[in-house]
Amino acid sequence: MASMVALILISILVVVFWGSLESMGRYGLNFLITSNWNPVDDEYGAFTAIYGTLVTSLFALVIAVPLGVGTAIFITENIIPLKVRNIIGLMVELLAAIPSVVLGLWAIFILEPLIRPFLMFLYEDFGWIPIFSTEPLGPGMAPAILILVVMILPIITAIARDSLNQVPIQLRQAAYGVGATRWGAILNVILPAAISGIVGGVMLALGRAMGETMAVTMIIGNSNVFSWSLLAPGNTISAMLANQFGEADVGQLSSLMYAAFVLMVLTLLVNVFAQWLVKRLSLKY
Amino acid sequence: MPDLGYKNWQKRNIVNRLLSVLAGLFSFLCILPLIAVLAYILIKGISTFNLDLFTKLPPPPGGEGGGFGNAILGSIIVTTIAALIAIPIGVGGGIYLAEYSTGRGFSQFIRFGTNVLAGVPSIIAGVFVYGVIVSTRILFGNTFSAIAGGTALSVLMLPTVVKTTDEGLKLVSNDLRRAALGVGASRFVTVSQITLPKAFTPIATGVVLSIARAAGETAPLIFTALFSPFWPNGIFDPIATLSVLIYNFSAQPYDLQNQLAWSASFLLVVFILALNLLARWLGRFASK
Repeated sequence: MASMVALILISILVVVFWGSLESMGRYGLNFLITSNWNPVDDEYGAFTAIYGTLVTSLFALVIAVPLGVGTAIFITENIIPLKVRNIIGLMVELLAAIPSVVLGLWAIFILEPLIRPFLMFLYEDFGWIPIFSTEPLGPGMAPAILILVVMILPIITAIARDSLNQVPIQLRQAAYGVGATRWGAILNVILPAAISGIVGGVMLALGRAMGETMAVTMIIGNSNVFSWSLLAPGNTISAMLANQFGEADVGQLSSLMYAAFVLMVLTLLVNVFAQWLVKRLSLKY
Repeated sequence: MPDLGYKNWQKRNIVNRLLSVLAGLFSFLCILPLIAVLAYILIKGISTFNLDLFTKLPPPPGGEGGGFGNAILGSIIVTTIAALIAIPIGVGGGIYLAEYSTGRGFSQFIRFGTNVLAGVPSIIAGVFVYGVIVSTRILFGNTFSAIAGGTALSVLMLPTVVKTTDEGLKLVSNDLRRAALGVGASRFVTVSQITLPKAFTPIATGVVLSIARAAGETAPLIFTALFSPFWPNGIFDPIATLSVLIYNFSAQPYDLQNQLAWSASFLLVVFILALNLLARWLGRFASK
């Protein structure tokens, strides 16, 4: 039965690869760098979705890493009483349990209207920067990034917390013993000791962010028109799959499978790299 | 003799305090979404909560009243199918890894594969099941069906179940195993009578958590179980689920449908949080 796991994993790869063969033959690697997605003319290029996937997950990571690691430090150090820390830890874990589709619903009706004035301000005052160059009119990449932050925060926090907890107490005692302040000890001794686990967790979170589907689909706008701007509607591979897979005809299906294959390879690489990192660099005390 | 007392205004102490405040602020930002989401779901979900939600079918676009009894039933059916597939395979695989394998070569590869499978995006599980079951019509010529949806969910549950079983069994003391083998028990008897009961709680925790995750999954169901505005019609037909209902109804321009999506979210979140707290309680129960 254990081999079922390997069997499923391999057959997922085979099925997706098999389905995308036709499209691969037709477009080759051009599929990855052209951005016209046109079911009417049966012409497909997935650059818009690939750009959306990479940009939303990277920006989400940039915001979520300091927040998550900061929180992890806050609930592993004794700045506040243990009871309060446990409650914060519990709440972050429960945040991970909220279904993505519910977060998406919340993003559509609450989050997006709430942040639109701020996005408007970015557009009006920083519109000369390409990533803020379009008027925010509702769903778009920026709210998608924020909802991704909410979704990957619990992963980063949980793994960073575990890594920080594994740092041997002697290191901490030694740091305090030579007169370091609390944050001197954290920044110079504890964080460097735990960094491998934290980086591994960040990579896992990146994998999760790239594959995350529902919340992003509901708020990103699902536009197949390419735009550099974060304020414009965009698309990600997973959002495109969720939207079009059910009603696709043969040619489109093959192209969607190709996109799924790209996503699969991306997340596989990130996950395998994360596991390797955690294993290779894991604490050796 | 220099003054060795703690000086409040020293730069390092000020920086220290500032960073503590910053970390506290980050923590606050971290739990803010949970509070905001729960608050809005409570406000929007509870205000229209009534028994009709459980007993009636969704109204047509522009219609009035109604509920999502079919989606509640559908969610239960699909999640049950997924659990029926994933739990035996997952527990079996976990037992193999912890009790029978040598811990090298093949089993190492399986452990690695489990971790990788856990990282596969949920939508890919949907694409996979679509390719294997839906588009090939392998199950009695049916395309979209409850059983296809359940299979897709089981792919997502499997790694969690394997992992928790494996780790739960590894925690069981080796002395117990040796004692059982020493009095002449076979390997199978040792596992089924001694180690499995001992590791029951961590395994049950893992199973409950994986069910909670599967119940909220949407992406793999959109094009496997599809959706249906009617009562479930057997497991070989398309079926409505709460999560897909939320997705579909949130995109509709009608207030009533949006309202139903909020109510469904409320129900789903209450159910999933309850399962999570149950799993937590199980874990604490075990440690005592």
